[in-house]
Amino acid sequence: MTAPLVYAEGLTRTYAMRRGLFSRPVAVRAVDGVTLAIAPGETLGLVGESGSGKSTAGRMLLGLETPDRGFVRFDGRPMPPPGGAPWRALRARAQMVFQDPLGALDRRLPIATQVREPLDIHGIGDPALRGGRVRELLGAVGLSADHGRRYPFELSGGQRQRAVIARALATRPDLLVCDEPVSALDVSIQAQVVNLLIDLQAGLGLAMLFISHDLRVVRQISRRVAVMYLGRIVEEGEADDLFAAPGHPYTEALVSASPAPGGRAGRRIVLKGDPPNPAARPSGCAFHPRCPVAEIRCRVEVPVLRPAGPGRQVACHRVAESPVADLRGAA
Amino acid sequence: MSGLDLARDAAPLVAIRDLAVRFNGVPALRGVDLHVARGEAVGLVGESGSGKSVTWLAALGLLPGSAAISGSVTLEGTQLLGAPAEILDRTRGGRVAMIFQDPASALNPVLTIGRQIGEALALHRGLSGRENAAEARRLLELVGIPDAGRRLSAYPHEFSGGQNQRVMIAMALAGGPDLLVADEPTTALDATIQSQILNLIGEIRRETGMALVLISHDLGVVAETCDRIAVMYAGRIVEEAPADQLFLAPRHPYTRGLIGALPPIEGARRRLVAIPGTVPDPRAMPPGCAFAPRCTQAHAACDRIAPALEIIGPGRRVACLAETAGRGSAPTEVAAE
Repeated sequence: MTAPLVYAEGLTRTYAMRRGLFSRPVAVRAVDGVTLAIAPGETLGLVGESGSGKSTAGRMLLGLETPDRGFVRFDGRPMPPPGGAPWRALRARAQMVFQDPLGALDRRLPIATQVREPLDIHGIGDPALRGGRVRELLGAVGLSADHGRRYPFELSGGQRQRAVIARALATRPDLLVCDEPVSALDVSIQAQVVNLLIDLQAGLGLAMLFISHDLRVVRQISRRVAVMYLGRIVEEGEADDLFAAPGHPYTEALVSASPAPGGRAGRRIVLKGDPPNPAARPSGCAFHPRCPVAEIRCRVEVPVLRPAGPGRQVACHRVAESPVADLRGAA
Repeated sequence: MSGLDLARDAAPLVAIRDLAVRFNGVPALRGVDLHVARGEAVGLVGESGSGKSVTWLAALGLLPGSAAISGSVTLEGTQLLGAPAEILDRTRGGRVAMIFQDPASALNPVLTIGRQIGEALALHRGLSGRENAAEARRLLELVGIPDAGRRLSAYPHEFSGGQNQRVMIAMALAGGPDLLVADEPTTALDATIQSQILNLIGEIRRETGMALVLISHDLGVVAETCDRIAVMYAGRIVEEAPADQLFLAPRHPYTRGLIGALPPIEGARRRLVAIPGTVPDPRAMPPGCAFAPRCTQAHAACDRIAPALEIIGPGRRVACLAETAGRGSAPTEVAAE
């Protein structure tokens, strides 16, 4: 593998959360020892349910949040502390696209002005030529100059997300962190934006962290995928391979819960219990209360991420001692 | 399942005919025909604004007074549109129950779960006192809430999103409905919790024989839960078919587009076939087929003539000139809608 563009090791982030008005704050570990590497031009998919810590991990990777433990290296250099000039310079090289484009855009400004803003802020290019660059950016995401003159509320959801992507690309970043970028869009529009992201990624050689709960979209866009559960990566591997033969019982349940149109698959694994609560992390393997194949040691011993086959890492006691195929047969 | 052959299905549980809704003169629903047979599971798919929710809100008299509604909605022969309040009160929650996407906002935050289920039981089954409490507990157990007896005194905020949806299902079951209309019931839930809720709805249907209308934007969810699927676009049903046939052999270009736009979870990766453009503005509907401006197979006739939903096989209907009138060669017949 080439030297990673961005490398994060042992990222840990703890928040203080109050459950009630008068109760004492509880320490909630949102991300717990996450190690990630993304090569230049590569897309890593980050999958997980709400509360898995995938968004927090993405924010730390961008330097928008500082880890309590662990570190991030961007292009071989440590992530500068937030707020300073070096940090701001880095912001131009790493951009973010969020789920809700209407929330990410300023309702009072025309689209073109907002796409231009990063160029002004970072002082990129001759001010007189910035208008041309904005038209070029709008064109790259399939918007016309006319769209650029409109306000966010005059655009459809898909067009707004295109505008947000154009703005993110304005500074020619090397890394794009996309946090559920198509989740709020209708299926037909979602496909347009997914195709656009794939084209831009290939054309511009962008590295991408693609965060989503939607396995289908993640598979479409990513070469490698990491699955998070309660703040930890429980499995990582090549996208096609990982979804075809999941190693971790949680990945397997997730894949089976992504129903395939064209008949009732019938292989759906229904996990017991509630979604994971980061404020009440179970002992041992955090997944053990919902795991269909958990055994006694899973309640006490935390499984570490270990190699399991080519390009694959799994954090599961069962996978460590028996081949992946056996385990899946038992489940 | 029953109800597949629409032509012969003499007495459906619910029959919606030519249902149209306008909000301040803007059409939201433009003539919907849909039957639901007893015990049947019907899926209603479509993108936001296609009218899938409005169809059922209108059918059950849940739209604001500003909505202009026309057409007919019958429940075993009884007309519901414009029906007196006592008929609607007996129907809603009693014969037909509805659950929504966001259970937390459908529940009252300051009342205990037990109180809210109890209220539904008092209203629809006339139960009170100990009988009421016992039935509330039974329902909560039925929907898989652990430690149901104690949880009756808990408030909605003490439950997770998935559990609140279970509570909503328990309340929906309180009236012993013949039909459950579930409007995006799992959209706000995580994948593993979605599986739990879909499973629960399936189990309850097997036990009670209750019919289901599942409204969803997710083709996969509908495919695996329903017998029959109706696809909606811009306020109309454009295709209807048994679930397996719809995915194996979609006939309407929009249905084909929806399936093509869905990334595969296995096998070779292919470039997604996106449907170009966006849905039409309801204030400026295209004069002919509403999908024509986005349709790759549209002909000149498609811009002029709105296709009717026609039967093309057992349990199959499609509204497309190319499919029903031999590539638009006999448009005049179709136009006589």
